[in-house]
Amino acid sequence: MNIEIKSEEYIPRRQTYSHVARRLGEDRPASRYDEGTYDLQATKHFHYRPLWGPQFEIFDPARTAVVMDDWYAFGDPRQFYYATYNINRAAMNAAAERAFEMVEGRNLVARIDADWLAKVRHYLVPLRHYEWGADLNSLRVSDFGYGTRVTSAAIFAAADRLGMAQLLTRIGLILAEMDEAGLDDAKQAWMEAADWQPLRQAVEDTLVIDDWYETFIAQYLALDGIIHPLVYQTFDDAGLEQSALAVSLMSEFMVDWMADNRRWVDALVTVCAKESAANAELISGWYRTWRDRAVTAAIPLAESTLGADGGAAVDKVRAALDERAAGLGLTV
Amino acid sequence: MNIQPVSITLQNTEDARPIIEAILADNPAATVSHYPAMVKIDAPGRIAVVADSVTERIGRDWDPQELHLSVITLNGNINEDDDVFELSWN
Repeated sequence: MNIEIKSEEYIPRRQTYSHVARRLGEDRPASRYDEGTYDLQATKHFHYRPLWGPQFEIFDPARTAVVMDDWYAFGDPRQFYYATYNINRAAMNAAAERAFEMVEGRNLVARIDADWLAKVRHYLVPLRHYEWGADLNSLRVSDFGYGTRVTSAAIFAAADRLGMAQLLTRIGLILAEMDEAGLDDAKQAWMEAADWQPLRQAVEDTLVIDDWYETFIAQYLALDGIIHPLVYQTFDDAGLEQSALAVSLMSEFMVDWMADNRRWVDALVTVCAKESAANAELISGWYRTWRDRAVTAAIPLAESTLGADGGAAVDKVRAALDERAAGLGLTV
Repeated sequence: MNIQPVSITLQNTEDARPIIEAILADNPAATVSHYPAMVKIDAPGRIAVVADSVTERIGRDWDPQELHLSVITLNGNINEDDDVFELSWN
């Protein structure tokens, strides 16, 4: 007996949503990222203005001084939507877990030079409060930002910051032989130690910025651009001379994250600066203000960690950041 | 001289779509045929799947090994390294 398998083709009447097709200029299959971000936010027919801020609509492009013709130009080069974001971060987290296991299994913390260990506990663990501030700032960008392409990426960034605060908490506990005092000391340093106060003040000042795009520049370009490379690279390099391999292993997540997140930050800044000379001037001004705050805040920390070399180390990080910002179209 | 054609057939999935786009962009001589659930690409002599082109479309590093998750069949001799997956006749 002969069996003939017939196949019949059904052609979908639409390949994607109409609003996405309008974006693409034709009805063709769109990526999940495009479908998950384009033109999703409500833009009109709002009922009430929020009671807590009646000068703006609930979604209002005027919440920032930056002016964009198309707010959906703020694409994320990593194309993060729920699935891609989680797959990516799960892999990074698995690597971090492995590093923690190795550090604990081989008891690498015991090998760190005692004086340097005290310094690590002082310079690294209080950053969990910095990350929490960054989390709030990311939530603010997501909350008041305009256009799903920027707000969805910001909420993912917020989750990253909380994750890094948790990693720092774990590091704090491990460095203190699982004694909670490791965290209490760090909190006290953040609140009272003289070398932490300029940074705490800078972070607290970013929390009350009104303009969400300024919040973004202050946190992601200026503060992160100085603090992250200084702590996770410069301080870390110095630590390797003091047998602090354990610290490098446990904080590798932050280094990977910075490299990954930087692609998003750079894309946003480039698009915004290219849009108009007025935007470029505006965000350049914000960048200069907050970069100077970040540098001022980093110097005492660098000096208490690296001694006399601290100032030079901050200058180097600052020069690298200025070069990056100039490459993005800002005047530094 | 008649150039012997090579071809690659991929599943018609979300994962394969950027690969198909990259192949068509990098191989101007390629022709595409859509079938239910699969897409066949033919070209005279050579098809190159360039890793950088796919990477650019999906926004993350793409390893040519990932191609095999979407491939249904191939026609041609394979020459593969980290940057490009190439079909041709030796």
